[in-house]
Amino acid sequence: MSENSDVIIAEGLTKVFNGGLVAVNHINFNVKHGEIFGFLGPNGAGKTTTINMLITLLKPTEGTANILGHDISKDADAVRYGIGVVPQEYTADEDLTGLENIMLCADLYGIPHGISKKRAQDLLTLVELTNFKDKKVQTFSGGMRRRLELACGLINRPKVLFLDEPTLGLDVQTRAATWNYIKTLKKEFGMTLFMTTHYLEEADSLCDRIAIIDHGKIVTVGTPTELKDSLGGDIITLSIQTEENITELIKTVQHVKETKLENGTYTIKTESAEVTAPLIIEAIRKEGHVVTKLSLTKPTLNEVYLQYTGKSMRDAADESKDSMFAHRAMMRRSHA
Amino acid sequence: MTETNGTKVSTSKLHGLWALTNRELKKWYKAPVVFMLTLIQPIIWLGLLGNALNLGSLVSSSSLTISPQAISSLQLTTAQVAGLQSIFSSIGSSILQNTFGTTSYISFMAVGMIAFTALFTTMFSGMSVVWDRRLGFLNKALSTPVSRAAIILSKVLSATLRSMFQAAIILIIAIPFGFTFGSAFTPLNILGVFLFLFLICIGLSSLFIAINIRSTRIETPMAVMNLLNLPLTFASSAFFPVDRMPGWLQTVANINPLSYTIDGCRQLLINTTIDFGKLAFQYAYVGIFAAILATAGIILSWRYLNK
Repeated sequence: MSENSDVIIAEGLTKVFNGGLVAVNHINFNVKHGEIFGFLGPNGAGKTTTINMLITLLKPTEGTANILGHDISKDADAVRYGIGVVPQEYTADEDLTGLENIMLCADLYGIPHGISKKRAQDLLTLVELTNFKDKKVQTFSGGMRRRLELACGLINRPKVLFLDEPTLGLDVQTRAATWNYIKTLKKEFGMTLFMTTHYLEEADSLCDRIAIIDHGKIVTVGTPTELKDSLGGDIITLSIQTEENITELIKTVQHVKETKLENGTYTIKTESAEVTAPLIIEAIRKEGHVVTKLSLTKPTLNEVYLQYTGKSMRDAADESKDSMFAHRAMMRRSHA
Repeated sequence: MTETNGTKVSTSKLHGLWALTNRELKKWYKAPVVFMLTLIQPIIWLGLLGNALNLGSLVSSSSLTISPQAISSLQLTTAQVAGLQSIFSSIGSSILQNTFGTTSYISFMAVGMIAFTALFTTMFSGMSVVWDRRLGFLNKALSTPVSRAAIILSKVLSATLRSMFQAAIILIIAIPFGFTFGSAFTPLNILGVFLFLFLICIGLSSLFIAINIRSTRIETPMAVMNLLNLPLTFASSAFFPVDRMPGWLQTVANINPLSYTIDGCRQLLINTTIDFGKLAFQYAYVGIFAAILATAGIILSWRYLNK
């Protein structure tokens, strides 16, 4: 596999559950070698269904994906040998010790004990669980269990690591620590990472590229910067002392792209708020007005999300709660 | 062996089978409480129920007393009374021998218990599939190159090994409770008993896994298991001989593979003679049951896991 080629190529990937629910709807995307690719979307958007198809747990209804040169439908075992999976749930067996769990994973990949014993020790050191390796997993904290899942997912030295909501349910500190482990491991093994998340900040700071998925469709793909830039830059909001409308005045200022007055507040779009704001203040003062309030907003992924799906991430999450239950029930039925 | 991600790995179709089986077994032999309970359970069964249900005591000499009025009106001598008691006792023994194939009900029941334990062990093993699914372990295993057959077979194998071990424990514990081997018993017969258990466990656990593998909640399989376990246990020769049952129940018991397992084991362990023709038929019946259910169960589960 050459350095520049795509590690994952999804073409028209579709999953329709038995009840007719279209969980994933003809999605196409490529993941490049060595990048962290994020799948961003609210609960029930189709993230987990997509990942489950990629890791060969679900067969696509239509379309396919190619991972490391192997077709996920036709050559599932070859895909399985090349990938690592860190699932959303804590899947380690609670009745076994940390080490026993890692060794079990190694055996599932058919790695000879001569190699896997050494590797298990190394991984335990990496995720700092060496002192707990002989303790039963039921005594582990959430963060420790997440690290153990990471170690299990890496036992076969995967070229692509799939992380499904890797920090779900962890507190802020543990989340940050978990990401440090993931980044260290990525550097150590030179892996490509495919992750799903619904934490916007996480996706923003970690991912090289992001696909926003909503209602089973990818609405946009790009680097976090590209996505934010696609909104047309920063936003300055300000108010002045008098009732007078100075929209036309603001429009004459250099770099200002768009100005709107709403309820006494001006919303101004510009390339770079830090540069433009002083210019605007200067212009307003010259005309004898006084600025009473001013704020600069860098577009976040939430604004991007809002732009592409018509609702903010939080609203979408609330709204999708009901549909998520329906979706889960549907999945359950499809297995029955 | 093949090379993946720079490591030589086993590509045998059954790699991981022992690791998965051992995972199940560890939950038992590495948990002292669970392990002790599996030892205590037969003691309770044999000690309490074996005595409470001891039908043999109904017809033993000690339960036959001749009233003093009867002795005086018939003018019996002490020797005659003793003689009568011994006649009753031998009638009692022959009733027991004819009904249970042995004069010791404890022995009869202990063999029934072996099969009963096999039934329960396989049931619980089947139900553990639901937990594996709920806790995500099943999905994790499915995302690795371990063969889907190994996932199913590990459940079958662990239940079988566990049942065989527990059967041996029951027999050992039954001895101080009065278990007596039949005159046809040789140590080699133990292997025959294990063969019976091996076959029935393979059949039963494949059945229970196939029932449970589609289930995402534990309540459904529990209801199914409760529905199945009483008829399977009591419409069999486990605690009572089939030919003393009402006709309709006999029909059920005569289909029930547990009856054949138990009768076969009784022949090998406690009966005075072994009817080899019958024994061959019992092996064949249990063997065919195991083959059909294992094939159907494994194909159904395998298909489901490959969806």
